Amino acid sequence: MKKLFLIIVFNIFLINKSFALIEVDITRGNLDPLPIAVSPLHVDTKSENYKDLKIKELGNNISKIIENNFKATGLFNPLKKEAFVQKPDIAHLKPRFEDWRLIKAQALVTGKILIKDEKLKIEFRLWDLAAAKEMTALAFTTTPSNWRRVAHIISDKIYERLTGEEGYFDTRIIYVSENGPKNQRIKKLAIMDQDGANTKYLTLGSELVLTPRFNPTNQMVTYLSYFRNMPRVYLLDIETGTQEVVGNFPGMTFAPRFSPDGKKIIMSFAEDGNSDIYTMDLETRVVERITNHSSIDTSPSYSPDGSHIAFNSDRSGLQQIYVMRSDGSDVKRITFGKGIYGTPVWSPRGDLIAFTKVRKGRFYIGVMRTDGSGERLLTENYYQEAPSWSPNGRVLVFYRETKSGSKGEGFSAKLWSIDITGYNERKLATETDASDPSWSSLLSK
Amino acid sequence: MLREPVDLPPIVSVELIQISDKTNIPYAPKARKIIKETKKKEEERLVSEQAPPSAKAKEKPDRIPLPNEKKEEKKIVKKKQNPEEIKPEIRQSSEFEKKEIVDTNQIAALIDKAKEVEAVKQEKKEKITQSNKKNSFATGLTLSEEDALRAQIFGCWSVPLGLPYNEDLLVRIKLNLKKDGTIMKSEILDHKRMNRPGQKFYKVLAESALRAVRLCQPLKVPPTGYDKWREIQLNFNPTEMLKG
Repeated sequence: MKKLFLIIVFNIFLINKSFALIEVDITRGNLDPLPIAVSPLHVDTKSENYKDLKIKELGNNISKIIENNFKATGLFNPLKKEAFVQKPDIAHLKPRFEDWRLIKAQALVTGKILIKDEKLKIEFRLWDLAAAKEMTALAFTTTPSNWRRVAHIISDKIYERLTGEEGYFDTRIIYVSENGPKNQRIKKLAIMDQDGANTKYLTLGSELVLTPRFNPTNQMVTYLSYFRNMPRVYLLDIETGTQEVVGNFPGMTFAPRFSPDGKKIIMSFAEDGNSDIYTMDLETRVVERITNHSSIDTSPSYSPDGSHIAFNSDRSGLQQIYVMRSDGSDVKRITFGKGIYGTPVWSPRGDLIAFTKVRKGRFYIGVMRTDGSGERLLTENYYQEAPSWSPNGRVLVFYRETKSGSKGEGFSAKLWSIDITGYNERKLATETDASDPSWSSLLSK
Repeated sequence: MLREPVDLPPIVSVELIQISDKTNIPYAPKARKIIKETKKKEEERLVSEQAPPSAKAKEKPDRIPLPNEKKEEKKIVKKKQNPEEIKPEIRQSSEFEKKEIVDTNQIAALIDKAKEVEAVKQEKKEKITQSNKKNSFATGLTLSEEDALRAQIFGCWSVPLGLPYNEDLLVRIKLNLKKDGTIMKSEILDHKRMNRPGQKFYKVLAESALRAVRLCQPLKVPPTGYDKWREIQLNFNPTEMLKG
């Protein structure tokens, strides 16, 4: 009987208990940048010099690159080194979590560098200071001159671990470098790391160049230049410097891009005032016509799975954005807003299309879903266009020109980036004026 | 159309080695000391907080009336069972009879008794904590207490921005709290999802939620009703916020 009594009481207790568990919904948080401490990497005393490379300074330099990358995202707040509570030799030990928490850091990066067998070995660890545990730890071995890339790769790994999405630091941007007065601009193809370092010029500036685009492996670039005074689409192999005109079109070709598999180039071909979209297979050289309309169809961009193409056309009167299947069928208009829409670019994630919009003399960079819904204008200015996606689909790079006087004074063209939330608008550091940027995919992928 | 090869740094392959398995690096001597000290402190705190005398002392006001209640209930039972003043000796004479008695009158009486005890207990608690009059049966916290806790955690939670909008972003965390609002134990309820392929974002999200509660501690808990909130579940969901 006692047992039965106990069971009954216990059941009543359980029922009460299950009702009593308090649940609190947390539906908001702060979007403040995450405070992160990047400790200078510790340099092994035996490895302080290697040929002409000052390894001793690398520890500081690598941590600075990581900090700059994080700062540029707007998602992290790298803390000042003066506040750090432990020295770089922390890399050999577990950090004193309590002390780091005192300076309000939530994550800590430590690491060390050594030269072994003429190779540079860089280790790093990411610590969750609130949980007092290691989040990730990796080691990289490479040629010593390659240290900048390792700093970017480390940044990518940390970014990925803390945000849940792929990083975009180990990437390059190709753009058109501009010099000289507005009516006599010298334009060259230029390539740089996404942080503005390692700028190289790919053309000499004797011919006009426009709209460079990377192929998926980042080894080839397609762009617009002039051949016998006719604008034509070119293909350039970055490593060998080999350059060729794409296809044997009887007229002007422009607005080129690679297909997601890199096997085709899609572009516009104009003849007798009409322009349509064509593809050319780079292996077989077979040319295929995709649109056939009396209007101007241009700026084609593939979806990342290659199944669809976004482009702009004036077939309805004003220039608007359309989406069709990659064989040219099932054409649908997706923009119906006031103004002119152009330069659609499909996000690498596949969920959004970035575009330029012109309305009442102002230029906007915006994003929308692939069916045209959910249009968001991210930034407005006097003149800006040509958005290009970071490989993770979070950031857009574009160029912006300033208004100039009647003689071209005060004119400048610069690259800018903006987060798809519309926050964190930043000017990119370039050696010269710059336009028409195109972001590469991750180099280390 | 041949041009000079461009002088670009060659893309050198980078060897990636997971070194997580080498991470049993020792604590710094200073850190070891600090950890030992904090552990000691925690243990001390635990002892002092869970010490039976203080706990009993606090529960006494609730339990004082219990003996009287029991007596009253016993009387009630007696009334029910003894309408004709049957002596226990007679009742114990047969096994068969014993079962019958247990199955009918006594169970009913015991259930009644249990219900009465619970009811009396609840009445007593309500009388003691007058500020808790608005307590909902489901949450056990007043609206203002819940708001205070929520607002505190809002401030500590850095929401990761790389989250997909169209996925289930609910992270449920169960906490065992000490009386001062510090966390004794935290547990992610859908832990299995953390290592599921394609759910990388969930791990990041869950970690951010855990970081938030750890940074926030001691949590702003009510001064009374520890039994109600010693276990608490926080449902983190940034969906609305991210959609703006």
